[in-house]
Amino acid sequence: MTPDDLLRDEADITERGYSRLGEDPSSPLVDAAELAGQGPVGPGLEPEQEILTINMGPHHPATHGVLRLIVTLQGERVLDLKPVMGYVHTGIEKNCEDKSYWKVIPFVERMDYLAYFFNAEAFCGCVERLVGLEIPRRAQYLRVIHMELNRIHSHLVGLGTTALDLGAISMFWYCFRERDRILDLFEMSGGQRMHTRYIQVGGVFEDIPVGFEEKLREFCAVMPARIDQYEALLDRNEIFLRRTKDVGIVSRERLLELGVTGPLLRAAGEPWDLRKTPGYLSYGDYDFKIPVGTVGDGYDRYRVRIAEMRESVRIIEQAIDGLPEGPWIADDRKYVLPPRDELSTSMEALIHHFKLVTEGFRVPPGELYYPVEGPRGELGCFVVADGSSKPARVHFRDAGFVNLQAFRDMCVGGLIADLIQNLGMLDPNLGGIDR
Amino acid sequence: MPDAPGLELIAQGIEEGRQGIVIETSVEHGRATLVVNPEGLLHALSWLRDQPDQAYRFLSSVHAADYLPATPRFAVHYELLCRERVERINVKALLEDPAAGNGATGAPGSEAEDAPVDAGLPEIDSCVALYPTAEFQEREAYDFFGIVFKGHPDLRRILMPEDYVGWPQRRDYPMGGEPVLFTHNEIEAPRWFE
Repeated sequence: MTPDDLLRDEADITERGYSRLGEDPSSPLVDAAELAGQGPVGPGLEPEQEILTINMGPHHPATHGVLRLIVTLQGERVLDLKPVMGYVHTGIEKNCEDKSYWKVIPFVERMDYLAYFFNAEAFCGCVERLVGLEIPRRAQYLRVIHMELNRIHSHLVGLGTTALDLGAISMFWYCFRERDRILDLFEMSGGQRMHTRYIQVGGVFEDIPVGFEEKLREFCAVMPARIDQYEALLDRNEIFLRRTKDVGIVSRERLLELGVTGPLLRAAGEPWDLRKTPGYLSYGDYDFKIPVGTVGDGYDRYRVRIAEMRESVRIIEQAIDGLPEGPWIADDRKYVLPPRDELSTSMEALIHHFKLVTEGFRVPPGELYYPVEGPRGELGCFVVADGSSKPARVHFRDAGFVNLQAFRDMCVGGLIADLIQNLGMLDPNLGGIDR
Repeated sequence: MPDAPGLELIAQGIEEGRQGIVIETSVEHGRATLVVNPEGLLHALSWLRDQPDQAYRFLSSVHAADYLPATPRFAVHYELLCRERVERINVKALLEDPAAGNGATGAPGSEAEDAPVDAGLPEIDSCVALYPTAEFQEREAYDFFGIVFKGHPDLRRILMPEDYVGWPQRRDYPMGGEPVLFTHNEIEAPRWFE
């Protein structure tokens, strides 16, 4: 970079009031494909002009899991990028074909390990529709409460680790403090902190225990103030602002072409959220908004996630206020375990219990694709039933897997430091991507 | 979701351009399915995408399924979505198994093992040109079922290791069977690191 370039940088101040280091919009981007074979390498070149292909990951702390990126660089600038995944592929979909339906639930929960309630809901909802099982309203409300808590939890982990990548380590501790309160709530209702297997085919495993409501209300009361704290930490942090604003912009049309959903798409200004579609759990009962961004840069993605957390708190408050009385699981003994106390008095209950636990229930032949709005976008579950007690095929359309295709568009032409920021704001979860 | 008469109209519209594409229509569990020939798949998809009153411009998911012992054995599902009307339609392309009858299966130790990409694999046109989002998902279907997507820009394995042999999610591919190597049983697989 010559002194002249530096001077021009001063004049090149963007409308947001500053320019970014090393950014020179007038310089033509080198065509990566052209250079891949015959890159300028040699003694006559400055080091920053040489083309360098490096592996980032799979063991890189900023790739949020075992994601490997083959990055082609010219100096600090990213010319090309290829994600390579599959390092934590565990064959969950194949394993599900060997398990009865109720044993599949804990398997699929472990796919995207930050969105376990969503995975379970996608699978259970799909099976419920295949067998034609209506779930009680109380179960719907309880599912919504847990899924929205899970959404906040997932966004907190995403926000904390991204801020950590950008050098704001205190954000990580603050986010994990609130995450812990959510895990405490999950432990109360489901007995586990993660992978609770709380959502069952037909409803939920157990009613919420005494004291859960009080703790949940406490959490809802304190959470908005905590979100204010995160904003106070980040919104006036110049390092954070300069690293996120105007970085990683992909147009809304391109995102739709690439099948991107969730906060990434909403940050680009597209108000698409499955929770607002009719007939999806009890979301029609709540008053909430879909936050959207305007520019679609990293900053908008952060803002959308923050606003989504606020909306989730509002949904939880409304759900706990309007929580209907009644059963929390459907009363169909062919699919749902009988209550424990009936086992000692009713022969029929004992037979049903035995059949359900040994063989599991059978699902009539059919196939269905059921999407839910996960924290990363559309999480779809596709189940093929062949009439036996085991699914013939379980497939998950993980939002992170599809969203990762937009990563190249976000990064090419930018700096390698922006790549880290883009990946954090993409919020991938390699457990979900690799399955 | 288009209802049964609506689905018939869609099938008719697709057939107007080219005959013999739609094999079957069904509406089950509130999900409209259009079963098509693999040869007519791209025509059906582009019709559904470009027809102004259909406008299924968003492809949510592409996935394959193995219906062994049924014939045709494989199917590739395309879950289309029209975001304006919030309607979904499923296009299902049925694929014969070319290796059926000669005893070749996707399992290791069979004929197909030696040549990962050969004439024994079912083929279908890639829809990446119509829907760029299908790229990773078609690679996934290739990876697990050995379905070749003709015209795909970069058809490689995506989740399994690149030197893996076999199509693990086919129904006749055995479950498990790959021993996990630890120090105590390292001796059972000499030169495993090569």
